[in-house]
Amino acid sequence: MIGKLFGFNGGVKPRTHKDDSAREPIARAPMPARLIVPLRHNTRAIARPIVEIGQHVLKGERIGGAEGVLGTACHAPTSGTVVEIAEHTMPHPSGLPTLCVYIEPDGEDRWTELKPLDYASCGCGDRQAVLDFLRDSGIVGMGGAAFPSHIKVGTKRVAHTLVLNGAECEPWITSDDRLMRERADSILRGAHILSELLGAQRILVGIEDNKPEAIAAMREAAASLPNAEVVVVPTLYPAGGEKQLIRVLTGIEIPHGKLGTEFGVQCFNVGTAEAVHRAFDLGEPLLSRVVTLTGNVERPRNWEVLIGTPIEDLLELAGPRDDTDRYILGGPMMGFAAPDLSVPVVKGTNCVIAGSQALFPYPPPEQPCIRCGACAEVCPADLQPFELYWYARSKNFGKAQEYHLFDCIECGCCAYVCPSNIPLVDYYRFAKSEIWAREREHDAADAARERFEFRNYRQEREKAEKAARLAAKAAETKAKLAAKGDAEAEPAKPDDDPKKALIAAALARAKAQKESVAPKNTDELPPEVQAEIAEIDERRKPLTSEEGARQPVAEPSAEEAGEAAAHARDEDTKKALITAAIERAQEQKAEQAERERDDK
Amino acid sequence: MLTALLVMAGLALVIGAALGWASIRFKVDADPLVDQIDAILPQTQCGQCGYPGCRPYAKAIADGEADINQCPPGGEEGIRHLADLLGREFKPLDETHGIEKPKSVAVIDEDLCIGCTLCIQACPVDAIVGAAKQMHTVVDPLCTGCELCVAPCPVDCIYMEPLPETVENWKWRYPVFKLEQTS
Repeated sequence: MIGKLFGFNGGVKPRTHKDDSAREPIARAPMPARLIVPLRHNTRAIARPIVEIGQHVLKGERIGGAEGVLGTACHAPTSGTVVEIAEHTMPHPSGLPTLCVYIEPDGEDRWTELKPLDYASCGCGDRQAVLDFLRDSGIVGMGGAAFPSHIKVGTKRVAHTLVLNGAECEPWITSDDRLMRERADSILRGAHILSELLGAQRILVGIEDNKPEAIAAMREAAASLPNAEVVVVPTLYPAGGEKQLIRVLTGIEIPHGKLGTEFGVQCFNVGTAEAVHRAFDLGEPLLSRVVTLTGNVERPRNWEVLIGTPIEDLLELAGPRDDTDRYILGGPMMGFAAPDLSVPVVKGTNCVIAGSQALFPYPPPEQPCIRCGACAEVCPADLQPFELYWYARSKNFGKAQEYHLFDCIECGCCAYVCPSNIPLVDYYRFAKSEIWAREREHDAADAARERFEFRNYRQEREKAEKAARLAAKAAETKAKLAAKGDAEAEPAKPDDDPKKALIAAALARAKAQKESVAPKNTDELPPEVQAEIAEIDERRKPLTSEEGARQPVAEPSAEEAGEAAAHARDEDTKKALITAAIERAQEQKAEQAERERDDK
Repeated sequence: MLTALLVMAGLALVIGAALGWASIRFKVDADPLVDQIDAILPQTQCGQCGYPGCRPYAKAIADGEADINQCPPGGEEGIRHLADLLGREFKPLDETHGIEKPKSVAVIDEDLCIGCTLCIQACPVDAIVGAAKQMHTVVDPLCTGCELCVAPCPVDCIYMEPLPETVENWKWRYPVFKLEQTS
C-alpha cells in the first residue's frame, strides 16, 4: 500500500537507552496503601466529583463526571472507600494542586457491573451515544498530552486514514514497545473500532525500526485485518510527533495552524487503542496504564500501574540508586521534573526516569546566541528557533507569533543541539503561556466592557421608566384635582363620572372629618381680632389657589409678604420641576423608542 | 484658453462634489483613536484615573486632557502599550491614582452581609447578585477587581482576595539561570 516513506526536516538522534527497561515483560504493580485520583486529565479536561467522603466504591465505578466541553470521566481504579476529596499536587510542571479523590483500597479489587458497548449496533444514527460512552469510559490520549478521545472521534470531518502511533521516539521510554509486544491483538482490535468510528478506510501503524519485536508482533496481529498495515519508520527523534508521523507515513504536510483531521488523517497512540478495545469489548473504563520505570535505578522495567498510584510507591519497585537527585515524568526531551514524590500516576504518565548528575548533568551556563543556525537545521516543525528565541527573550510576543511560535511542538531538538546551551524551549513555553494569559485577559476585558455598557444602558432605561411612572402618577393626581374642582363647582353632576364623584365624596368626607376633629382656636376671640383674622384669610385666599399664586398681592404686611412669596416660589418651582420631569420622561421615552426601532 | 479653463473648472467641480459626497458618506462617527485606547485599557471601570469608566478615560487621553499614566490596573505594561500607540514617551504610573496590585476579586463575607444592596448598585459590571435583605455574593469570573463595592458596604464585609494561581492560569516563568555559590 505504501510505496515510499517520506521524511521530515531535522530531528536528532540521542542515545535511546531503551534496552534497559524493554527486556522484562510488563508486570502488575502492587496495590498502594492509598490511591489519589486527580479529577483532571490535563489543563482543560476536568471532572467534578460525584462521590462522597466515606462512600464505598467498586472498581471501575465512576467517581468524577465529565465537566465542560473537554471534560472526561474519572473512575475508581479499585474497590475501596473514598477517604477524602481534597487538593493534591498534580503531575504538572507547575506543581500546583488540583482536586483529587483519595481512595483507600479494601483489597478485594471487586469490579462494578461492566457494560460493554456494541458500537456497530448503535450505528451511525446514534453517534452521540458512542461519544458519550468514550467520554464516560474516561478515554484520553495515552501518549502524554491526555487529550480526550471523544473530541477527536467526534470531529465532523471524515478521516480516510487512521494513524496508530507506535513510534515512541523519546529515549528511555519503552511502555508502548512492551505494550505492542504483549498486547498487539488488543491494540489492533481497538484500532479497528476506532477506524470504524471514524469511517477510516485504512489503518497505518508507525513503529520505529529500533523495536523489531514489537514490529513482528504487530505485523502478526495485523495480518487478520485487511486494511491495516504496519510501517517501519526510521529511528529519528521526534518521529512520534503527530504531524511528523503523519508526514512520514502519508506524505501529507499539515500547514501552519491546521490539524491532521482537516486532511482526513486522525492519529491515536497505541495505548489509547488498547484502552478503546477494553472499553468497548470488555466494558472496562480506563483504570491503569503501562509506566516505564527507568533511569538511575536497579531494576528498570515496565509496570501496569493503577491511575492514582503515588510515584513514591512505584520507586520502591525500581530501587533508585543513591545518587539519584531528581525524577523526570515523561521522557528526557519533553518531560518535566516531578514537583514532589507524592504526585500520582495519571493517564498521561508514560515514564518515570530517575535522574542523576551522571546521566543528566545540569546544563552548563547559558551563553549568548552565536547565530550558528544549528537549531533551524534540526527543527522538525520547519521553524527558525533562533528568531523565536530572540523575540521570546525580548518579550516581543507579536513578532514571535508572526514567526509561528504556536507551531512549535516543544520537542527540544533545538535546545539539544544548541552549542550555547540556551534552554530554548523554556523561552518558547514562557512566550506561549504569556500570550495565552494575555488572550484570557483580553477576553475578560471585552466581557467586562460589554457588561459595563449594558449596565449603563439598563440604568438609563430604569431612569426613563421611573420618570415615565412619575409622570403618569402626576397626570393622575392632576386629573384628581380637576375632578375635585368639578365636584366642588358642580356637585349636582355626579353621574357623568362615577369615579370622580366617588373621589369628590371621599374628599368631602375627609374634609368634614378634619374640620370636626381639628379644634378651632379662633372661636373664642374678641370680635376685632376675629375681624383681623378674617381680613388675613381674605388676603390669603388667592394664594392658596394656583392662579392666585401668580397674582401680586396688594400691600401685604412685611411678614406676610415674605411668607406669601416663599409659598409662591415653592409652588412655582414645584410646578416647573414637574413639567421638566414630564418633558424629560417624554424625551427619554421617545429616545428609547427610537433606539428600540434602531435595534430592530 | 477657454477650453482649458472650462476643463479645469469642470474637474474642480466634479472632484469637489465627489469629495463632498465622500465626506458625508464615509463619515466616521466616533474617534477611532478612542476605540484603540479603550481596547488597551483593562476595563475594570474602577474610576481610579479620575474618569467614570475606561471609555471616558480613553476619550480624555485622545483629547489630550488626561495623561497616559493614570491607570493603576493597567499597570506599567498598559502604559507601555499606550505610549506605543500614541507615540509618546513612557512614564511611570502616577501614584496619586493608586498603585499596581495583583489581580484580585471581591469576596463578600456572607455571615456579615445584611443585604443592603449598596454594593450591587456600586458594581460597574453587575458581578454581584442578591436582593434587599437577602445575602449577596460576588460572581468571581465576572469580577474585575475594581474595589468599588468595598467602600459603600456599611458593615465592611467585603474584602479583596488576590486570585490564586491554578493549573489553568499558571504561566511558565522567564528562564533564569541559577547562580551557584561556590565559596
